[in-house]
This record gives sequence, structure tokens and C-alpha cells, in this order.
Amino acid sequence: MTLTGKDLISTKDLTREDYEYIFEITKRIEGRNAQGLTHVLPDRIIALLFFEPSTRTRLSFSTAVKRLGGETIGFSGEEATSIMKGENLADTIRVVEQYADAIVIRHPLDGSAKYAAQVANIPVINAGSGAEEHPTQALLDLYTILREKGTIDELTIGLIGDLRYSRTVHSLLYALTNFDVTVYLISPPLLKLGESIKGHLHEKGVHFKEFDNLADCISELDVLYVTRIQRERFVHPEEYLKVKDSYKINMKTLSNAKENLIVMHPLPRVGEISHEVDNTSHAVYFKQVRYGLYVRMAILSMIFGREDRITG
Amino acid sequence: MEQKLKIDKIRDGTVIDHIPAGRALIVLKILGISGRESNVITVAMNVKSKKFGKKDIIKIENRELTMEEVNKIALIAPSATINIIRDFNVIEKRKVKVPETIYNLIKCPNPRCISNKENEPITPIFHLKSESPLTLVCNYCGEIIPSDWVVKSLTRGL
Ligand SMILES: [Zn+2]
Repeated sequence: MTLTGKDLISTKDLTREDYEYIFEITKRIEGRNAQGLTHVLPDRIIALLFFEPSTRTRLSFSTAVKRLGGETIGFSGEEATSIMKGENLADTIRVVEQYADAIVIRHPLDGSAKYAAQVANIPVINAGSGAEEHPTQALLDLYTILREKGTIDELTIGLIGDLRYSRTVHSLLYALTNFDVTVYLISPPLLKLGESIKGHLHEKGVHFKEFDNLADCISELDVLYVTRIQRERFVHPEEYLKVKDSYKINMKTLSNAKENLIVMHPLPRVGEISHEVDNTSHAVYFKQVRYGLYVRMAILSMIFGREDRITG
Repeated sequence: MEQKLKIDKIRDGTVIDHIPAGRALIVLKILGISGRESNVITVAMNVKSKKFGKKDIIKIENRELTMEEVNKIALIAPSATINIIRDFNVIEKRKVKVPETIYNLIKCPNPRCISNKENEPITPIFHLKSESPLTLVCNYCGEIIPSDWVVKSLTRGL
């Protein structure tokens, strides 16, 4: 299997073999603690096009490129907003590809990364497209599970929060269809997973169950994946506050959990997980960030066919 | 007594038969036929039909439509049959079939889809997911498009 010259747009495009190979390369990078690898991409320039603010994902990609010896160009924030107003996406891509060897794109519209990849002649990595997908986040989530639990198969994985609009949840679910897992979907009725993704899970034979309350299934979980519930999804503020409180993870919520349950979060969090959880062995969300760096380094080296430069 | 169809047989061209009643105008729109062409086009609507009760028929003289052109109408007239006529004889009779990929015909119902972005030189593309019930998937955002949206989208402006 090879990612050389390919785009990474959706976790739907990856097979079990692909995941295993990506994790193998990631493990090599982790083994070296991401050090001494600046000989991997010393002659490569990566464009980071962030049409939507995302400090964390941008920092992660930017660090990954630099740890591999590459350079970055690009824009974000206000500059991105003014580019978006003045020029269509196709033109921006055609200009940027004259300078860079690969593009990492974050864009607020659904399907934007796929379209960018269609326009571009260089590899495109999706760093978050609309409410739709965020494949590198899903890859680092899976790698976290693998490293912390020793396996992905045979686990019971709970996803809680905004399942309707969270692109990380969507990409993670598509990815999980390649593994033998049981998925519990825990959310308020308003934020339940969309029908089209549920249809996809059915088609792929994934065992999943929906819950309104975490208390009804917490004792069965090996992994709890927490996402942010956003105020703007609710028409009435009181409804938001009610939901927000009932989905908060704290020591009390975790009292019935398995001792080796891991709690994950794509970050940033705004009170979904109480700080008292941070110092328990359940909390792996900061480790996730570190694994994310390794995973993104693996993907970047692979799209240039340079993974053989990373020796274990 | 069977009502006699009050339009003549054509010598050469294409007859699209068994169009669901009332959809002939949408079919013409999909085919890009505006009436500004020089050839004779006959449209019959609400014609009695044994099979459907009522149906529409379109006769296009001196033009043989290709299956590629005509398959697009399967989106709203899956029962339609295409008859290619030469010298008053039907030389080819075929059913329409929804194409695997549909370009530039329907708008994505997802307002947050890149294909709905203004000033973007993007061709809306849909892939056929299931023929019955008709289900399309947006190439870009993955949104699943039910058949009633397809009809709504195609009848806009009629
Ligand atoms: Zn779309």
C-alpha cells in the first residue's frame, strides 16, 4: 500500500491495510520521539491554507512539517477571510500549487477539500472540511486508542455530544467501520447522528446503539470520546444549558466506569470534561495531541513516498 | 373506443413515449430543447394510456437523440421509452436508464456544500446510489438526495 502522490480527503477512502500501515510508520516516529527526522522532507514546501480558524490543527501540522525538515507557507485568520472574499477557491488552489509541493486545507464548506483536490495537481490533505470530515483527527484518535488499549478490535466505544455536526465524529465513525467494534452513540435528540452516516454504518455491518444518557451505558465502555456541544445549535439558551450540564463528564459520571476506560477529546474543550478528570488514568486527551503530531508526520512523509527514510 | 392520437407519425427522428403525465416540459428542459431549434417538435400531454392511465409523448423530428443525452430523463421519467425512427420505421426501441454520474443538472440541497458557493467554477456532480427508490449522492459533500428533491430541482423555473 502506498499514499505516495495521493490526497487524504476522507477516512472512507482508506482500507484496514492503509490504517495498519499508517500506524506502523507512526509507531516508528513515536519510537524516535519525533527527533532526528529533518532529513525526511528537507526539500519540501507545504502550504497550510486555513480558511477557518483552528490554532491547534495548524500548530500540529506546522510542527509536523518542521520536525521532518520541511518548510511551510500559507495563511489563516483575517488574511484567509479576505482571500475568501476576493477570489474563488479554485483560483487560490491554482496559485498556491505553483509554490508548494502539497496543500493542507481547512475550509468551512462541506466538500471543499474534495473540490480542492480535484482542482490541484499536487497532493491535498483535508484538515477539516465543513461539518463533514476531519480525517487526520480520526487517524490520531484511532492511533490513541490503539496505543492506550493495545487494540481497536473488540472494544466498546462511546461517542458523546454533538454527533450531528461534529466532523471529527463523522471521520472517526467512517474509520471505525474497518474494525470490529461496538459503537454507542450518546447525544441529546437534537444532536443525533445524521441518517446518511447511520445508513453507512448499517451497510458496513457496524454494531451501534443510540442512547440519550451516558449513565445508561457508561459501565460497558472501553473508550469514551467526548465532543463539544455548541450553543449556536440550540434555539433556546435554557435548553442548551440543560443539555450542557447533563453531558458533562466528571468524577461522579465516571464512578460506574471500567477502571481502564479512556476518555478522549479532540480539544479545545469548554467545560465538557471537568478538570478533576485530568489527573486520573482515564484522561488521555493531552496524549492525543502528542500522538497527533506523530500521525501527521507519518502522513506527510507518506504522501511524498519518504517513509523509508524513517528508520525504527 | 380507444382515443386516437391526433398527431402524425414522423418520418425520421426520436419519439419519447410513456413519459409520466405532466412531465413532458421537464423532459424538454433536461434535453435542452427550447423550441428555438429549426426541427418540428410535437408534445402531447395527458394522452390516454392502458398502462399508466395517462402519459405524455414527445416527438422530435430529424434528430436522433443519443442514449447519453436521453438517459438523464430517467431521473424524472424512469418509465420512458425511446424510439428511434427512420423512414417511418422504428429501428431502435430502448428503455431509459439513470446514468451512474449526473453532471450539471441538479443543485445540491445542502446550503453548506461547496458546489453551491457563488463564483466558484464548479460543476455539480451526483452519483447514483440506488435506482429504486431513486437516490443520488453529492460528489462533494456526500449528501444523499431523495427523488422528490430531484423533481423539485428539475422543475424549478418551469
Ligand atoms: Zn453537496
